[in-house]
Amino acid sequence: MEFANPQEGIERFRRRLGVAALFVLFCFGLLILRFIWLQIVQYDYYQTRAEDNRISLVPIVPNRGLIVDRNGEVLARNYSAYTLEIAPSKVRDLDAVIDGLSRIIDIQPKDRKRFYKMLDESRNFDTLPIRNRLTDEEVAKFTAYRYRFPGVEIKARLFRQYPYGAFASHLLGYIGRVTDRDLDKIEDQDQEDNYRGTLHFGKTGLEQHYEFELHGTTGFEQVEVDAGGRAVRSLARIAPIAGNNLTLTVDARLQQVVEKAFGDRRGALVAIDPATGGILALVSMPNYDPNLFVDGIDPGNWEMLNTSPDKPMVNRALNGAYPPGSTFKPYMALAALELGKRRPEQAIHDPGFFNFGGHQFRDDKKGGHGYVDMYTSIVQSCDTYYYMLANDMGIDNISSFMAQFGFGQPTGVDIDGESRGVLPSQAWKRQRFKRPEQQKWYAGETISIGIGQGYNAYTPIQLAQAIATLANNGVMYRPHLVKYITDTRTGKQTVIEPTPIRTIALKPENIEIIKRALVGVNKEGTGARAFAGAEYVAAGKTGTAQVFSYKGAEHKTEHMQANLRDHALYIAFAPADAPRIALAVLVENGGFGAQAAAPIARQVFDYYLLGKLPKEPAKADEDGGD
Amino acid sequence: MKDVLSRFWMRLIEPIDVPLMGFTGLLMAIALLVLGSASPERLPAQMLNIFAALVVMRLAAQIQPQRLMHLALPMYAIGILLLVAVALFGDISKGARRWLNLGFMRIQPSELMKVAMPLMLAWYFQKREPLIRFRDYGVAALLLLVPVALIARQPDLGTAILVLAAGFYVIFFAGLPWKVLIALLLAAAAAAPLAWSHLHDYQRARVMTLFDPESDPLGKGFHIIQSTIAIGSGGFFGKGWGQGTQAQLEFIPERHTDFIFAVIGEEFGLFGNVILLGMYALLIARGLMIAANAPTLFTRLLAVSITLVFFTYAFVNMGMVSGILPVVGVPLPLVSYGGTALVTLFFGIGILMSVHKHRMLVQK
Repeated sequence: MEFANPQEGIERFRRRLGVAALFVLFCFGLLILRFIWLQIVQYDYYQTRAEDNRISLVPIVPNRGLIVDRNGEVLARNYSAYTLEIAPSKVRDLDAVIDGLSRIIDIQPKDRKRFYKMLDESRNFDTLPIRNRLTDEEVAKFTAYRYRFPGVEIKARLFRQYPYGAFASHLLGYIGRVTDRDLDKIEDQDQEDNYRGTLHFGKTGLEQHYEFELHGTTGFEQVEVDAGGRAVRSLARIAPIAGNNLTLTVDARLQQVVEKAFGDRRGALVAIDPATGGILALVSMPNYDPNLFVDGIDPGNWEMLNTSPDKPMVNRALNGAYPPGSTFKPYMALAALELGKRRPEQAIHDPGFFNFGGHQFRDDKKGGHGYVDMYTSIVQSCDTYYYMLANDMGIDNISSFMAQFGFGQPTGVDIDGESRGVLPSQAWKRQRFKRPEQQKWYAGETISIGIGQGYNAYTPIQLAQAIATLANNGVMYRPHLVKYITDTRTGKQTVIEPTPIRTIALKPENIEIIKRALVGVNKEGTGARAFAGAEYVAAGKTGTAQVFSYKGAEHKTEHMQANLRDHALYIAFAPADAPRIALAVLVENGGFGAQAAAPIARQVFDYYLLGKLPKEPAKADEDGGD
Repeated sequence: MKDVLSRFWMRLIEPIDVPLMGFTGLLMAIALLVLGSASPERLPAQMLNIFAALVVMRLAAQIQPQRLMHLALPMYAIGILLLVAVALFGDISKGARRWLNLGFMRIQPSELMKVAMPLMLAWYFQKREPLIRFRDYGVAALLLLVPVALIARQPDLGTAILVLAAGFYVIFFAGLPWKVLIALLLAAAAAAPLAWSHLHDYQRARVMTLFDPESDPLGKGFHIIQSTIAIGSGGFFGKGWGQGTQAQLEFIPERHTDFIFAVIGEEFGLFGNVILLGMYALLIARGLMIAANAPTLFTRLLAVSITLVFFTYAFVNMGMVSGILPVVGVPLPLVSYGGTALVTLFFGIGILMSVHKHRMLVQK
């Protein structure tokens, strides 16, 4: 390979220059084809991607609706606070970023844990908070170092606040972080778009039931952002619409009286306006502070609330099912009148027990009440009268009569997850048990049903609904907590109209007989001590529900372990001739209803009817009967 | 006085080739315009760089090619020495050992090789003329591959490719037979899997992201994705100067240096791209023309190598920014911000001018 002739070498060189020129043109041609592909053919696609890069649609979370009581007292509201938030999609090494942040802002291990928990649970958030409620100083500090943290920003968020803390918690409920289960509900309601950016969701109580009323309409802001995710300028904005406000039928001050009256005792009280079904107070004690849940509850408090033997998280008013005890008797008596099983003046002789099928059913009073007619049976709460009556009526008669009063059925109150309780019947037992010998109803089982024991188990709200229905002469309303919903934009109020569920066909004279006996209870019977000196006429019935059955043995309350003591119950309404309030009280392991439960009802009536505030929590009377 | 000034001016522009200067000037104008959008605060610094580069160009333009030949061997030898020194004592920055700290300044010897390599090989072939034997290509290949290997090991793939290209162009235009070239290409294709196993992880990743940039949108693929979005969203006429959202909102990384072409594509569209390509084509055409008319083998080889290296710069950069070549650190010639590359390029343009000016003087 050699060039002897330089001229030939030059020719070859020039030929190769031509090749090089063609190669250059070919390469540049390739580039032009590539540019045409990108800039002409795919232009729309890349244009959209550039716009997606640049424009961020930032949801503006609406103000959650307020919850106020019937007098306008605010029970749930919002306040604004700064949060430090990370956009996980824009950060490559989360740990490193959080480490960096913790050098300028106090970030506790629990904040970090909560952040990662939220990251696991969440699907659709642009940013997640690593710290809530920054101080002004912290905001200033972060702003100075912001350039070091692309994908991290300060946001103003609204936080839910329950100004009274541990108060009315079981009716208000609480909100917490949106979880996957909540997202399913949001999808069911086709509300995904409206919940973009929403961090909280109603978990229990009214917050849960009225979630989609309270939430409001999310606004959106079109923001131009840079590569670090920082907003450069706002392009357009659709303002959010605040959620609807709830105005309750509940009287917060009454609720407060009740909660104070309970003190540190466990139990529940539901007070209803019989004429509408509007709930005046709904208490389950102990309660808890719903504020704890707002930013995600910390594990310590969660552990405490869930393992406490007092079970503060259980809404006893709706989910506790208790034997009604003697508060069942007025309905039994009414059933007897309606079904023609007893005449009011028809008396029995009570020896202090009732024998059936070789088993002795005892009366509370040793030696018995002697001759007892219907009035006396209620006023003195005679068990033998009702043992006999139950036996005469049969379980299915009792069951179908009681069903009319709502026993054993959800009341339809506007809080989710209400329990049914148990209204025993032959059909119920067949369904409830598996083995054939268990499925059979034995006649002996009917006897204790008559005094509200046995399989009987009802929620306090069912007891309240029943007594309200009796007070209202058989016209039954759905108990409800919300009086009206206010549209915050238009101010339009949507009233929850009280519509009767049913009117029980009862003879007025029969109702009159029962009501007179209930007045007698508070005048000369088991409730007389609690209602001594009342400036109004209250009708009521005490009850004591056995937690533990002592077969045939005598038992003395004070010697028993506290959690085996009987539950104290009391149902009442007042004023007797024109009832404005009806209630059911339950004090868990409170002993006798007359001692523990009736004094609470007295305070409630005193306050509601007379405006009298109690001087001290209702004390259990020293002695008294069932 | 006026006479003095005009005489000085005449002497100043005497070795300047007007077409070459004209195309270069237009490219500089484009460069300043784009930098004014991508990073206006760097305009003064870049103007200083241009001034320094013009001085270097003017000085190179008046050096006689024969004197350049004397420089070839010493420059090459110093270059090799410095590369070895870098390999032994170099400073590491960003995971690569590229810089040599001389105490008073830090230098990047691979940059020197971009100039020394074509000089050395052109000088070598000039020496062997008129009887270039087959083993001369072997010697040339050895002279080429030693520094390329040293640079590639630093690692600095971009510079290694440019030095390799510079040397390869000299060898090819010295008359490397096509058969040998084709055999080499086939051998290279066969050896590619072996080379793959010797690449650094980051280099492999760059090649991988070329094929599927969306596989790692936050990491390795981010540069390519964002630059292709920028170019594509420019459309036919572009978004206008200073209006490119990808550029102005910092979605384009390195938008004043290696990725400045994405800014051009976004703000001036296909229209701007074609004008830029046209400028480069004209500059290259002029360089090839100068090579065609160069008087000696040395000047011919030097001119064609300088011109085609310039083309290689442009093609590799635009190819990588528009997503058809892997990302290697090659700037857009004359347009990317930065002094070193600019001085080297203008030095080459100065040599082209010198070759052109002295085309008649060394006729045989």
